[in-house]
Amino acid sequence: MNSLAEPRWWEKFLWPVAASALFLAVWHYSVIYSATKVFPSPLAVERGLAELARKGLLWAYIGDSLRRVALGYGMAAVIGVPLGLTLGWYPAANQVVNPVLQMLRPISPIAWIPVSIVLFGVGDLTAVFLIFLAAFFPIVVACVSGVPNVPTIFRRAGRNLGLTAPQLLARVVFPAALPQIIVGLRLALGIAWLVMVAAEMIAVDSGLGYLVIDARNSGKRYDLVVAAMLTIGVIGLALDLCFRRLRNIRSVRWGFPQ
Amino acid sequence: MPLTESVTTPAATKLSAQHVHMTFTRDGKSTPVLNDVTLEVAKGEFLCIVGPSGCGKSTLLSAIGGFLSPTGGEIRIDGQPVSGPDPRRIFVFQERGVFPWLTVEGNIEFGLFKLPRAERQRRIAHYIEMVGLVGFEKAYPAELSGGMKQRLEVARALAVNPDMLLLDEPFGALDSITRLIMRGELLRIWREERNTVIFVTHDIDEAVQLADRVAVMSGRPANIQQIVNIDIPHPRDLSSPRYLELRNGILTQLGLAHQV
Amino acid sequence: MLGRGLSTKRNLLVRLRPIAFIAVLLILWQIAVSRSPAHLLPGPWDAAGGILDLVRHGLLLKYIAASLFRVTWGFVAAAVLAIPLGLTIGWYRRAELAFNPLIQIFRPISPLAWIPIAILWFGVGDIASVFLIFLSCFFPLLLTAINAVQRIPSVYVNAGRNFGLSPAHLVYRVLYPAVLPQLITGLRITLGVAWIVVVAAEMIAVNSGLGFLIVDARNAGNRYDLVVAAMVIIGIIGLLLDLGMRSLEGAKSLRWDYSED
Repeated sequence: MNSLAEPRWWEKFLWPVAASALFLAVWHYSVIYSATKVFPSPLAVERGLAELARKGLLWAYIGDSLRRVALGYGMAAVIGVPLGLTLGWYPAANQVVNPVLQMLRPISPIAWIPVSIVLFGVGDLTAVFLIFLAAFFPIVVACVSGVPNVPTIFRRAGRNLGLTAPQLLARVVFPAALPQIIVGLRLALGIAWLVMVAAEMIAVDSGLGYLVIDARNSGKRYDLVVAAMLTIGVIGLALDLCFRRLRNIRSVRWGFPQ
Repeated sequence: MPLTESVTTPAATKLSAQHVHMTFTRDGKSTPVLNDVTLEVAKGEFLCIVGPSGCGKSTLLSAIGGFLSPTGGEIRIDGQPVSGPDPRRIFVFQERGVFPWLTVEGNIEFGLFKLPRAERQRRIAHYIEMVGLVGFEKAYPAELSGGMKQRLEVARALAVNPDMLLLDEPFGALDSITRLIMRGELLRIWREERNTVIFVTHDIDEAVQLADRVAVMSGRPANIQQIVNIDIPHPRDLSSPRYLELRNGILTQLGLAHQV
Repeated sequence: MLGRGLSTKRNLLVRLRPIAFIAVLLILWQIAVSRSPAHLLPGPWDAAGGILDLVRHGLLLKYIAASLFRVTWGFVAAAVLAIPLGLTIGWYRRAELAFNPLIQIFRPISPLAWIPIAILWFGVGDIASVFLIFLSCFFPLLLTAINAVQRIPSVYVNAGRNFGLSPAHLVYRVLYPAVLPQLITGLRITLGVAWIVVVAAEMIAVNSGLGFLIVDARNAGNRYDLVVAAMVIIGIIGLLLDLGMRSLEGAKSLRWDYSED
């Protein structure tokens, strides 16, 4: 639909490479031109990454971050999806619970940090709790709104065939709502990844978020700061791409047109 | 009585499509859609293009409207090659093309931006009345029924006084009763306006009811199998033997039985 | 007669249910706190006291205003930059091809990870925290705009071209109204994100605002009642912001997007 002709196949590589190369060039030359002593050039960042990899820190920190996200996000999904579906199924329950959720949702996980530290102390558990909190609300909200979006005709067909309410929920509503649930899960994973950084900056002493702060504090190693940032970006992207793959699975592909 | 092939007098030719080819290429795969389509339409004529779904009639119409470029062959209107969309030939779309963010008035006014205010108001009032939407001037499309939205789209098209109207299965989304009513309305409007109309449909009855001539398209890759002259004067009696004969003739041409 | 009276009574009960639920939660919270030995965490009563404390010191409105101020600047700056840019990138296929990898890599980087860079560039203080809020809004809005343009049904664009609209007119009379509903939804959601991030952004040595309050109250004397008070206020204002944006979405000429199928 967009203007100009359909791009050729080779353009799919040309343009991104050109834009990225331009970006790196601008970055590189503005570092040289401004003669800054602190801000790293792309090459410095690359060397910083190599250094981290050599020291084994890179993989250790990536592992720590992924572990915390897996735990917090996993729990949020395991608790949030059934809860959300139930709330979506029983509008009375939703009407009661929803205002509370709407009020808790805007409270940044950062705001929960003092409470969390009191409850769980400083360390992994706090970080996992914060990630859980951050992922929980989008998942519940997506499930709650996914249920009424299931067309009534599907539900009628199920009842027509004699399904009981729990069966209906499991065999009709859940598969029908699954595309929307996946959208919510994907969004929540993105949020979890963001909050992981925040949690690690404050409450623990390992992981990519911690690295960002530590690299600056202990020696103004901005090359490591930027290296950590880029690693965060790349892995976050990789996680998101995994989710995109999920959309291609046959049993949900119908829900993602085009 | 046999079906008559038709001949157009070159002097009155509005549209001339010669040996039009259209091939779509996607990710390396080539799909030929139109194969050597040749068609001529006289000025003021009502032509229907009929064919099974997916045969390429919409593609042909889009090419005539200038939204697509043929891979081969040439399309000329008034002797000039078609190079892009133009307000002199307005497309009435299959999906609802009315702008949902404008009122009925706003939609009809859409193409009239070059005209002075008084003329705009006059035309809006005229065409609202012509399509039968009086009273709904300030309504938004979301408040209208499917048939009303279709009328609105026709009004919007007519307001700019185009030479040609290109209609792509405009009544497809309507129920059959509304469809019958809309056909009558369209003919009534056409008799007043006398633009050249090219109307694409998969409904053979619709084609025989409306058109002066019917171009029957084959399946993909499509070309014009036959052009049938509908020599029944309006209003057409849908149970007359001539009507049935013409209709059955087209059914046979498409390889369809007359019995279910 | 009787039937009507019963149904209004039932209506009232239904409306009161969520409030009753909240009341129950508050009571449970209070009980949990008074039973806990450490007595460190405040109950709802303490939180209310904290709010009153803030009011008495004239700080409540001042802090709310400070946080709103930073959110507004960061949010508006992001919108003004991201939306036109996103609409352009979404319109030109090649631009999207070019910039997509860069956007996709920068997007998952938490605004907080930018703190060292923000301090390096802007020093400690207001500008740095506004910059963080700007960052947190920029990418979501950019993507919303790109997506909104790509989702415009081609019939609208074709109709515009058919009627002989110049490119400028096409943008103004077709593209802009067509993307507006989706943009507003995106703005609402991003405003919510900005409000969440302001708490973190205010950790960068500013000296006012709700986020600052949370950090400061804890550091300067373990005033957890103020911490919870701040959280409550954050929650309420966040809710109000969201409701405000939703009423914008309800404006009649925009509602077309939601009643279409």
